[in-house]
Amino acid sequence: MRRRYLALRVVSEQHVTERAVMGAVWNAVLELFGEYGASQTNVSFIKYDPQRNYAVVRCSHTALEKVRASIASITEIDGKPAVIHVIGVSGTLKALRKKALT
Amino acid sequence: MRKFVDLHLRAPIKDLDQVERMVRKSSELGYRLVGILVPPNITRDQINQLQHICSDAKIDFVTRVDFSPKTARELLQDLRRFRRKFEVISVTCTSKGVARQAAKDRRVDLLHFPATDLRKRFFDHAEAELASKALSSLEIEMTPLLLLTGFSRIRLLSRLRREVAIAERFKVPVTISSGATNEYLIRGPHEYAALTTLFDMSMPSALRAFSENPLAIVERNREKLSPNYIAPGIRVVGRKTGV
Repeated sequence: MRRRYLALRVVSEQHVTERAVMGAVWNAVLELFGEYGASQTNVSFIKYDPQRNYAVVRCSHTALEKVRASIASITEIDGKPAVIHVIGVSGTLKALRKKALT
Repeated sequence: MRKFVDLHLRAPIKDLDQVERMVRKSSELGYRLVGILVPPNITRDQINQLQHICSDAKIDFVTRVDFSPKTARELLQDLRRFRRKFEVISVTCTSKGVARQAAKDRRVDLLHFPATDLRKRFFDHAEAELASKALSSLEIEMTPLLLLTGFSRIRLLSRLRREVAIAERFKVPVTISSGATNEYLIRGPHEYAALTTLFDMSMPSALRAFSENPLAIVERNREKLSPNYIAPGIRVVGRKTGV
């Protein structure tokens, strides 16, 4: 199965934990596409760097736009205004590191 | 490379720090031109301050005014007074009469409909036919999509799907803008394009709605506002001096 890796930058007024970011992404996918749609995205968290507020998420390549739309629809994390920007998308983690995380 | 445009930043122009944060965020996310909503009575100094903030952020700036007249006559008066002062004019259509007048008037650039009161979204076949002849563009604001939840968002998505289909059928250009009031509501052009798939807009049309369509409006109006412009297709190319 082909996959896509997304590099994300979390912008928030307060410190956010990995759990909170994960929860926000999952809630957004569920809210927009329901349980059936969420099951097709195969979203999983690869890593989160709380110092730099970067995260890497993996999803199915056919669901890339769904995941992007869901991430864009996030307006708060833990009840505080926040936004998650997609800063790069790639087919491999190695290429993503070169492209977006350096 | 595509030049992305956000024609609707609702930045509070009295709070220049906030304006600066929003403009910097837009620039960082890849926009090359922003339209900042200004009141019709804005002073030249205030425009210069906005211009200065935008040039610091290496982003092009256009002035935009929104009219929400109650009657078609009021709209005509506003257009007569302000058309030559601002680069982009948008009309929020709150009645069918205003919507029809705005759609057929070539001085109106953007047709805007309230996102929360769906009974006042008058973009139907008749409106689209008038708009396609007058080069007006249908504006879709993305902030309500981010802020609404549940049933209200479902209804808005359903309405937008219908409007986009009508616009495509009648070849009315669609312009997508953020309508953001703070930097947390600004998304990158590709993120907005992904969101537009929720109302069945194709990715190429969505990217056009963020770049070519708004750019065409700005270029057309800048040409019209230039002192060399006479009429469509006619402009002064040189002036004879010393006569």
